[in-house]
Amino acid sequence: MVISFQDWNLLGDRTWAGWKNYEKLWNNPVFWQVFRNTFVYLILGTPISLVISFFIAYHLDKTRFMHGFIRMLYFLPFMTSAVAMAWVWRWFYQPVPIGLFNNALAQFGIPQIEFLRSTTNALPAILAPAVWAGLGFQIIIFMAGIRAIPQSYYEAARIDGVSKTATLFEITLPLLKPTIVFLVVFSSIGFLRIFDQVFNMTSGDPGGPLNSTKPLVLQIYQSAFTDFDMGYAAAQTVVLFLILLCVSLFQLYLLRDR
Amino acid sequence: MVAADENQAPPNKRFSNRVAKRRVSMGQYIRWSVLFLGGILMVMPIIYMLSTSLKWPHEIYDVSLIPKEPHLENYVYVLEDGRFYGWFTNSLIIALITTLSNVLFDSLVGYTLCKFRFPGRYIVFIAILSTLMIPTEMLVIPWYLMSQSFGWLDTHWGIMFPGLMTAFGTFLMKQFFETVPDDFIEAARIDGLNELQIWWTVAMPLVKPALAALAIFVFLGNWTAFIWPLIVTNSWDMYTLPVGLSTFADEADVAWELVMTGAAISTIPTLVVFLIFQRFIIRGVVMAGLKG
Repeated sequence: MVISFQDWNLLGDRTWAGWKNYEKLWNNPVFWQVFRNTFVYLILGTPISLVISFFIAYHLDKTRFMHGFIRMLYFLPFMTSAVAMAWVWRWFYQPVPIGLFNNALAQFGIPQIEFLRSTTNALPAILAPAVWAGLGFQIIIFMAGIRAIPQSYYEAARIDGVSKTATLFEITLPLLKPTIVFLVVFSSIGFLRIFDQVFNMTSGDPGGPLNSTKPLVLQIYQSAFTDFDMGYAAAQTVVLFLILLCVSLFQLYLLRDR
Repeated sequence: MVAADENQAPPNKRFSNRVAKRRVSMGQYIRWSVLFLGGILMVMPIIYMLSTSLKWPHEIYDVSLIPKEPHLENYVYVLEDGRFYGWFTNSLIIALITTLSNVLFDSLVGYTLCKFRFPGRYIVFIAILSTLMIPTEMLVIPWYLMSQSFGWLDTHWGIMFPGLMTAFGTFLMKQFFETVPDDFIEAARIDGLNELQIWWTVAMPLVKPALAALAIFVFLGNWTAFIWPLIVTNSWDMYTLPVGLSTFADEADVAWELVMTGAAISTIPTLVVFLIFQRFIIRGVVMAGLKG
């Protein structure tokens, strides 16, 4: 915290810089780009992963045949290392002679898609493995939440002739609120901290074309350990901390009215 | 399976019984197929990684999943390079030590906070809770400066020290020790056990599932940790597997079959462990997720 007010390149003397680092940050267009990227990861990643995982959990809960095996399939990516998988996905995204996705597109005669080299596609392309790896965890937590709802509520609803959709929206979702809040916060924090995937999928040009994929954590890493501008990096860390604090306080607020 | 679902289906008078039955079982069939296909899609990247690591270089542009002539040359090549052994050992040492240390110290602190009344207990607990939401990424700069001034850069200790105790683990263990009845502890005290013995012989066995959950989380977290080992190490023989893989893949660049082999080497251990202890791990994840 204190370092953020100092001018320090790790080797020389520390000097007091006051608000200079924050001013630099405020006036830097790259910082705003990075700030925006971080929130795009959050705003796209959290709802997408939660909707998919709830959908799967809801239906998997009603499936008995090979239940354990299917659950295992969905959970397996959670056990992988983000670095290894970032490289696998990076390979998928390569242009035509190499990449799996573009090869498949070529077979159907569809024009190529530039994944990691385009300023608009690169961010979703990096988000995909992050969502993919987290799904298993969310599904398992959702299923535990669904299991915890007493069966008698459903019986009562059935006797009253409530439709399945209404049961889902009137019973399942409201009673899952604590689970949903937990997962929203957990995955939001996860997406705000995204680093491993970005670093590995865009190494050589960290942060992607024109910084279009760079999240705050990568920016902090570069300021601190590539440019050795510790004060500036610390100032950015403070910003990240404030964001995370807001998310956590928001969680407390939501949980209170339970 | 179908019979059970029939019972759950809402009564619908507009359809005859037979139609209703067929509708439900069709729905069930579609649901199962969609889920199954989705599951297969989910593991596709892993399967492709493994399959490509068995292919010859000229085959890797082939979309086909099954290598024409599967072989282990890539593994031989990558392991002969020698560096992977070191990275693997580093990762293993660090993950094992941090896991042991967490299981021991988190539970010790959690137990103390839970079962003893002492002045300042509440403050300590709040202090631990408040660090719970500060993630690694926020702390790398202070940690780095600390390791620098203590000369811990580029050492195993430097990689490990931040993770030897975690707020999450302490909190989790405290929550679980709440479920140990105070009567048991009282009884042990009357029987003349000292406090450490009570913790070890009475309380610890009762929270075994929680300890297992904690161990899994800590091990997986440290095995896959990237940003901190990347920062604190700067010579390749100190790298952990993820950091090593990242540099290795950067060098190998176009030799994708070698990149996939490296990725496979760092992924297979956790996958195997998971396949063996599957039920156990999923239960642990649920427990940690819901209590934490």
